[in-house]
Formats: sequence, C-alpha cells, structure tokens
Amino acid sequence: MNKVLRYGLQAFYYALFMLVVWYFSIKPAYHQLAEDQAVITLSFTHATNLREACRKLTQEELMKLAPNMRLPTDCPRERSPLRLELYLDDKLLTKTSAEPPGFYKDQAVNLFKRIKVIAGEHKLQFWMNDDVNVEGATYQYEKMVVLKPEQQLLVDFDKESGGFFAN
Amino acid sequence: MSFINPLKRAYLALEGGFNIAFGSEWNPLYNIGRLSFFFFWVVFISGLYLFIFFDTSLSGAYASVEYMTNEQWYAGGVMRSLHRYASDAAIITIVLHMFREFALGRYNGFRWFSWVTGVPTLWIVITLGITGYWLVWDELGLYVAMLSSQLIDGLPLIPGNMARNFVGNQVSDRFFTLMAFLHLLGQPLFFIFALWLHVKRLSHVKIYAPKGLAVGSFVALLALSLVTPAVSHDAADAGQVTAVLNLDWFYLNVYPLLDYFTAGQTWMITLSITLFLMLLPWFPPKKRDPAAEVHLDYCNGCEQCAEDCPYDAISVQARTDGAKFENEVTVNADLCASCGICVGSCPSSNPFRQKNEILETGIDMPQMPINEIRNRMDEAIKKLKGDSKIIILGCENALDFSKLEAPNVQIIRFFCSGMMPATLVEYALANGADGVFITGCRTGDCYYRFGNLWMDKRFEGSRQPILRRRADRTRIKVFRASATDGKSLRHELAAFQDHIKLLNINDEKTEQPEQAYE
Repeated sequence: MNKVLRYGLQAFYYALFMLVVWYFSIKPAYHQLAEDQAVITLSFTHATNLREACRKLTQEELMKLAPNMRLPTDCPRERSPLRLELYLDDKLLTKTSAEPPGFYKDQAVNLFKRIKVIAGEHKLQFWMNDDVNVEGATYQYEKMVVLKPEQQLLVDFDKESGGFFAN
Repeated sequence: MSFINPLKRAYLALEGGFNIAFGSEWNPLYNIGRLSFFFFWVVFISGLYLFIFFDTSLSGAYASVEYMTNEQWYAGGVMRSLHRYASDAAIITIVLHMFREFALGRYNGFRWFSWVTGVPTLWIVITLGITGYWLVWDELGLYVAMLSSQLIDGLPLIPGNMARNFVGNQVSDRFFTLMAFLHLLGQPLFFIFALWLHVKRLSHVKIYAPKGLAVGSFVALLALSLVTPAVSHDAADAGQVTAVLNLDWFYLNVYPLLDYFTAGQTWMITLSITLFLMLLPWFPPKKRDPAAEVHLDYCNGCEQCAEDCPYDAISVQARTDGAKFENEVTVNADLCASCGICVGSCPSSNPFRQKNEILETGIDMPQMPINEIRNRMDEAIKKLKGDSKIIILGCENALDFSKLEAPNVQIIRFFCSGMMPATLVEYALANGADGVFITGCRTGDCYYRFGNLWMDKRFEGSRQPILRRRADRTRIKVFRASATDGKSLRHELAAFQDHIKLLNINDEKTEQPEQAYE
C-alpha cells in the first residue's frame, strides 16, 4: 500500500480512537437532577431503644448460673427496628424500615437516603418510631422549608438535642 | 466451509483491516496488552508531574488543579489532560484485550490463570480512576465521594455511615488526605501486584509498545489534550447537588445505577458480572492435553526449549542423571500449554537422525511424538502423486486447511507452527517432496504467543535450531493466515504449485544435458 495512504489511514484510526476517548470521558451528560429539583438528604446514626427492658433474675435462675456469672439482671442487647416516614406537603414521600446491624442487632442504625423533590416551598414532616414497645411515633418533626433548585437539605437526628433538625 | 464463531470472524476481519494500515508489527490489536502498558506509563509519568503541584488538602486540592489547568496550561494542563485521556484509553484497550482473548478462544484451558487475574485488574484500574476523580474535589469529585461512600455503606459487615462525611460541612480533611494517599501510593501498589500476577505465567513479557505505535498513540493523546483539555466542574459545595454532570463513563459508569438500585443491589450486579467473567474459562471446561515430557537421554541441557517456551513452563536445573552435561530441563505440567514449541526448539528433533530406529528427542509431546511426525511425513511423501508434489505443514489453531489435501498435496498438522523442527522441511525436500508450503497464524499474532516468530527466526538463521543454508528456499513458501483467510490461502497455494511446476521444468532442462553427458 502507498506509504502516504497508509499513514493517512493510521491517522484516521488514531483520530477515531481519540474521538471515542474524548466523547465518553465527558458525554453523554448525566442528569442527576432535573433543573427544577432539589434534594433532601436524610443522614443520621441512631441507637434505637432496646427491645426488652432489663429483667431481674429470680433466685432460682441465679442458682443455675456459675457463681462468677450471677448478675442480678438480664439485659437483652437486641434493639428495636427503626421505622421512618417522610411526608412532603402531607403526602407520603418515603417510608423506611431498618433493622439494627450486628450479629445481636445491637448496633446503631445508619440511615442515609437522598430524595429528589421539586424545588419551592414545602411542608416537611417526619414520623419515626424507634421502640417496638411504643405504638405510633416516638419522634415527630414538622418544618416549612424553601428549597432552591440543586439545593441539598440535610435532615439530621440527634436524640440528645431533641430529635430531628434540618439545615 | 467449516463453522467459525461469528465473533471470531468479526474480530479477525477487524485485525485484518488494521494490518492494512499499521502492518503486523504496529497493529494495535496485536499489541493491545502492550498498548495498555504504554497508556499506564503515560498515566504514571504525567501523574508524577501533577503530584508536584497538587495540594493534597481538602481546601487546596481544587485550587491547585485549577492552577495547573489554567495558569500552567502548557505543562500542568497538558499533563492533566494526558493523565485523564491516557487513563480512559487504557480502559478501552483493557476491555478490547479481554474481548480479543474471548473472541479468539484464548481465555480457557491453561490460560485460565491470566484470565481470572485479569478481571480484577480491570476493577483495580477503575477504582484508581475513581479516587483520581475524587481528588479534584469539584462537583464531580463530591458526587464520586458521596456515591462511593453510599456503595461502601451498602456492604455488609462494615458498620458506619461514610456517606454522612460528604453532606453539610462536615467533610474531613484527614479523610481527603487518606484518599490522596490511596490514589498516589496504595492503589498503584495493588495495581502493580495485580499486573505482576496477571503476566506471571508468561515468559518474554513486553511492557513497552512497539516504537511506531507508541509514537502514534502519544501524538494522538497530545493532540487531544491540546484541542480539548481536561477541565474541572465548579468547586465542590456540600450544600449543593449539581443537576448535570459530565461523567467519565469509562470509570464512573456504576454510579448512575444507584438511581435505580440500592447500594446492595448495585454490589450484587457488579459482583455477579465479575464472577460471571471470572468463571468463563470453565463454561464449558476445556480438557487439557498432556504436557511435554523431557527425555534426558537425548537432552544435552542446551536450554533452548526453556528460552522458547512462551508460558515459562520449562526450567533449567542441575543434571540429575549423571550425564556429562551441566544442566537439564524440567517441565512444570501445570504451566505447560501443550503447544509443542519446545519440540521444534530441541536440536535432537532432527528427522535425519536414527533413520531406521524410533526417533527420540530431548523434549517431546506424548500425544504426537517426533517419531510419529516423521512417520506421518514418510507416509505423506509416499502418497504424493503428480507433477508438483507439495507438503503442507500447518498450525491447526490458525485455520482449517484440511480441504486442501489432493493427490499432489499432503498435509501434516502441528499444534503450532513453532512445533515444527526446521530440519523437517529439509527432510521433506530430501525425500521426494517438490515443495513445502508452511502456514500458521498471521504474523504478529500466534495462538501460542511466539510459535510463528520463533519459526521465522529459525528459518532466517537467527534462532536455534536453524534451517540450514543448503535448504532450497525456492521450494519453501511460508504463508500466514487466520481462520478467515481460506480464500487467500488457496490462491497462494495454487501460485506456489505453479512456481514449483516451473522449477521442476527448469530442473529437468538443466539436468538433461548432464545425463546425456554421463
């Protein structure tokens, strides 16, 4: 084959290769959100209440144990599952239930959830139950929020500070 | 016409097309592994430069990348673009490399180890790219950090909420520095180990691309870097979620899956694909042929077979049989590909030896010993009839040439053209064949890596055992062909037959006066 033609063909193949490299290195653009959307990010770590309260052992039960194991109370480690509902403008947006991790289900629940919503003014409500022994909500939260497009609203939870807070 | 896997046919056609433009020496598809290495070198060298100016702190990372991209565009900017585009190009070549081995059926049997270690190597490269994007700490970096964390949080037995680090203003500088350490040192070390493991069962591993291909690829990368330099998104803002991102689909293709699946499901999808790819060599399992056997009585420890073995299956050790030679060779059956190249390497595989006895050689294939090869040759020569008697010596892995057999054309098949002792060609010509036509995989490609290359070198006289000068080259034709080159092969054979006829006529003319004189 003619040398010039051969090098020309090589140049064509290199150009084609680089075109593929360039194109897929940035395109097609990925639309994470629609232009009028914002994100509510729910992120917290919470140790739910124990499933069962500590129980005082009877004398008979204590006698069955080895002398060095005779603790007066039995405290099961398993914690309650966490149930959470998020309402936006009185409509249910998401419902989550999470079991505590760990072999004995005794660790804190980690919750991370990103929910896309239309930007604008909204009534935000949370309903949470972290105790199997309680019917209904153990924590509730309500707030009017104004979300700008592409804004991320972080919803956190801290038991010590009284529950949910959004910022 | 025999059935050829359509995938193989398509790939061979593509390789043929590239041969026209690049020739076999520079054909990128024949050098796809070496080309990947070349891109890694570019990534490594450009990465070293970027490291000099890169600020590994959370607050300084973005500004330092912006400085290199904009203020120092002629050096840092070009280096950044080379770093990015060479990384992307490497993904293409790695995937093509995998596709090639699969399409050409070079992933199972004795090759399982290279295949199985190759799959995770791809993932290591991808994770390297992911941490690279993370370090820019722009909107894309934040997205990568957030979604990578979600994926890690989705793994069982790893408690914690890593994703939480990337929302609000709680991103830890220390954590960011850890990622920089991973990208700059931790992952590259893993990667080098994975590469070492991947090529461990190969000999004569070449980690440099052919010069022409390296120059062409570098010029192309440089041109792309100058025309469309790699740029960042806006600086990361943990209070924002960017609506539109220019994802690098070579590296970040997993993340959009999180829009549709949970982290656990995404892991399941990814791991299932990985497992499927890794188990491919056993679907269906390929029966392994017997390994080469050393016959010490005929081995003088010359080490040529160990030098020629493409899979490092032959090693040299001190003599154990008390013979006067210093060394002997030994075969590791687990590594042996049963290609028979060692038989062609052994100087004892000379069919002129032990003429009336069983021919034995220093290293032999039990399923097709050298004695049987000579017997087949004797039978084939006996069967030849007609005016241009041709023996075809061919590699059975290159293409099906069984239909070329005719009264004046007889065929002897080898596992690889490198298995054929050079002296066998002389033997055929000396015992009645008018011509020897040799065929095997295309130049630059070989089912067993080096068989056709070693054969060419033996014929040229640059690799032992050589085809002696007195062998009549005018009666020897080498034509390399793949499974899709049957038509060209028939055409070449016909031309060779015509050529032999002409030689025979000329020989008769020159011999007649001598006979008359006698």
